[in-house]
Amino acid sequence: MSRPTPEMLAHRPPGVGATITPPAPTAPPVPTATTGAGSLVKSLEALGVDVAFGIPGGAILPAYDPLFDSRVRHILVRHEQGAGHAATGYAQATGRVGVCIATSGPGATNLVTPIADAYMDSVGIVAITGQVPSGAIGSDAFQEADIQGITLPITKHNYLVKAAEDIPRVLAEAFHLASTGRPGPVLVDIPKDVLQAATQFSWPPTLDLPGYRPTLHPHGKQIREAARLMVGAKRPVLYVGGGVLKAGASTALRKLAELTGIPVVTTLMARGAFPDSHPQHLGMPGMHGTVTAVYGLQQADLIVALGARFDDRVTGRLDSFAPYATIVHADIDPAEIGKNRTADVPIVGDARYVIEELIGAVGAEHAAGHSADLTEWWSTLDDLRRRYPLGWEEPSDGTLAPQYVIKRLGEIAGPDAVYCAGVGQHQMWAAQFVSYEQPGTWLNSGGLGTMGYAVPAAMGAKVGRPDATVWAIDGDGCFQMTNQELATCALENVPIKVAVINNGNLGMVRQWQTLFYNERYSNTDLGTHKHRVPDFVKLAEALGCVGLRCESASDVDTVIEAAMAINDAPVVVDFVVGKDAMVWPMVAAGTSNNEIMFARDLRPNFDGDDL
Amino acid sequence: MSTHTLSVLVENKPGVLARVSGLFSRRGFNIDSLAVGETEHPEVSRITIVVNAEDSPLEQVTKQLNKLVNVIKIVELDAATSVQRELLLVKVRAERSMRAQVLETVQLFRARVVDVSPDTLTVEATGTADKLDALLRDLEPFGIKEMVQSGLVAIGRGSRSITGPALRTAA
Repeated sequence: MSRPTPEMLAHRPPGVGATITPPAPTAPPVPTATTGAGSLVKSLEALGVDVAFGIPGGAILPAYDPLFDSRVRHILVRHEQGAGHAATGYAQATGRVGVCIATSGPGATNLVTPIADAYMDSVGIVAITGQVPSGAIGSDAFQEADIQGITLPITKHNYLVKAAEDIPRVLAEAFHLASTGRPGPVLVDIPKDVLQAATQFSWPPTLDLPGYRPTLHPHGKQIREAARLMVGAKRPVLYVGGGVLKAGASTALRKLAELTGIPVVTTLMARGAFPDSHPQHLGMPGMHGTVTAVYGLQQADLIVALGARFDDRVTGRLDSFAPYATIVHADIDPAEIGKNRTADVPIVGDARYVIEELIGAVGAEHAAGHSADLTEWWSTLDDLRRRYPLGWEEPSDGTLAPQYVIKRLGEIAGPDAVYCAGVGQHQMWAAQFVSYEQPGTWLNSGGLGTMGYAVPAAMGAKVGRPDATVWAIDGDGCFQMTNQELATCALENVPIKVAVINNGNLGMVRQWQTLFYNERYSNTDLGTHKHRVPDFVKLAEALGCVGLRCESASDVDTVIEAAMAINDAPVVVDFVVGKDAMVWPMVAAGTSNNEIMFARDLRPNFDGDDL
Repeated sequence: MSTHTLSVLVENKPGVLARVSGLFSRRGFNIDSLAVGETEHPEVSRITIVVNAEDSPLEQVTKQLNKLVNVIKIVELDAATSVQRELLLVKVRAERSMRAQVLETVQLFRARVVDVSPDTLTVEATGTADKLDALLRDLEPFGIKEMVQSGLVAIGRGSRSITGPALRTAA
């Protein structure tokens, strides 16, 4: 028998993780007569769910009847993919579990993309799907799909509920699994007859997860070894990944960084975990990272990876990644340690405990008179930062530079806003040119790279944090995949703001065609410039939003400010930008990080560096 | 590449075998043999998997297996410190004239005849993969009409049990 102990949940920041009502100390739970559907809704209420995103349909219909009277707010989306990404955006912005609901068959399969997305980015969501009645399972019944089988490889765990009395336990387990350890999506598939069956609801249930025991506390010996390396290294780097955000360890990270003086890089999933304005921040590493961050890792003699997974987009060609570095690798998931790069000091544990214990151990080293002199390392890095800052060339054809739009958006909306990107060039620019100062202010689809993520995820984020300004920064390609959720936003009073960085093309694909396919632009022109189809302003208006357009640099501030002033409706701004802008720096896929290009055909001059 | 025998204790629930076998194929591992059955605790099943893999990918797949919520415990059983057995049923051609010779081979391997027809014998044998291979090699000249083999099952030698502590948490 296992029940999440207060200790297991308490290390999460307030509001993070499933809040499972502790058992009443005196009176045993009193069962109430209800149906499976009633039990489902009561379980969601008991788990503290305030909102669920979904669409009803035949098999899930029984659940929607008690949901009608519930205090759980249900937001009727326009496509199940929107429900899934909204749940993910909600979870990423609030740290709570996001919930989405769909019917059987196509409803469930439409959730597959967002579930895979949440799995790759380790986001705790629970997807509830209706299934055809138990007796019809396996008969190719109308709207039947084996969603448990389909989602086996893309969920942390999934359930097919066989009996109505199991519903409270399964829901409690699903929330516990989704939110603890390495978070991830959990799917609960419930046949229609189970939803309709008479049952007794009682709470809290007893969790039965004998095989699930995430390691939270790191091994003391490994921590001491890591600390010893940290005070002895000449060129150390803290390589910070999304796990630090999930563990709510940003404050601790800052303490550790300042205590040691070690430079910090934050991955695409960790933007906001360490303030961009902090002098020790080198920026983002990887394919489109800063020259200093990429070079810092390449030249490091010690890399302390915290909740990061040595993804190929960070390491470039693995066999030439950070050749001089000793690796300390801390992660809550033991399977990540040593998966891509061998770890010299493996540490299994929750990032917050790991970092807090590292602070103690480094403090002890300092007390013993051991501390690192990083003056030379910092002078090299500072020199690189000065020579190779992030920037862009103004387009020679007089078109609006997308980077400028995104930079101004970040400056005007400020560090308290939540930014939510799609996938492609605009995503990279949003990661580069918006300054992130706080956790939970940057949401994107990192691992799966799901175009269409931004609008529904922004909707979820805004529902979870109604007082925050939420900007979706989207591309014209991405935007056309999921913009129907703007209708949901308009009707449900979810006033998000969308900046469509409209370059008329599938920009990142076009960039690769420019660089690697002889400028043969096969199927990347979307016609949103040439034919203005669709007209995004009219489209926004048709979806109940305010539509604005901006086509020149001089209008950028005015239009952003106009959008910022509208708080009673969703706003879409069509930023018509040049199609030839490219994302730089860039490490071409499959090449070494040493081959980083600062701009087209421009390699940074490392040769003169004294290393 | 070397052969490894993994004993995987899992919750005895529907779909668990699919999770385990699916994980192997997804991560590019070929399973040489797989056997599954209940343990002394009915709520726990034991899957014995034989894989051919390098040490480091094997470590990765073991860690991934451990992440499956229904997996309670994984132990690698070394051939030297465990008893490993497979079961073989083989229908071998044995006309009257050859029957004595076939029976002699069967006895040599301490196998048993479990079915007889006018021109065949069905032989049951248990043992390690090596022993069963040797038996098959010796029976082959007579003519093998049909054979079926179980997956390997294995248990550690000595008094220790791999199920004890794990199952206390499970129960």
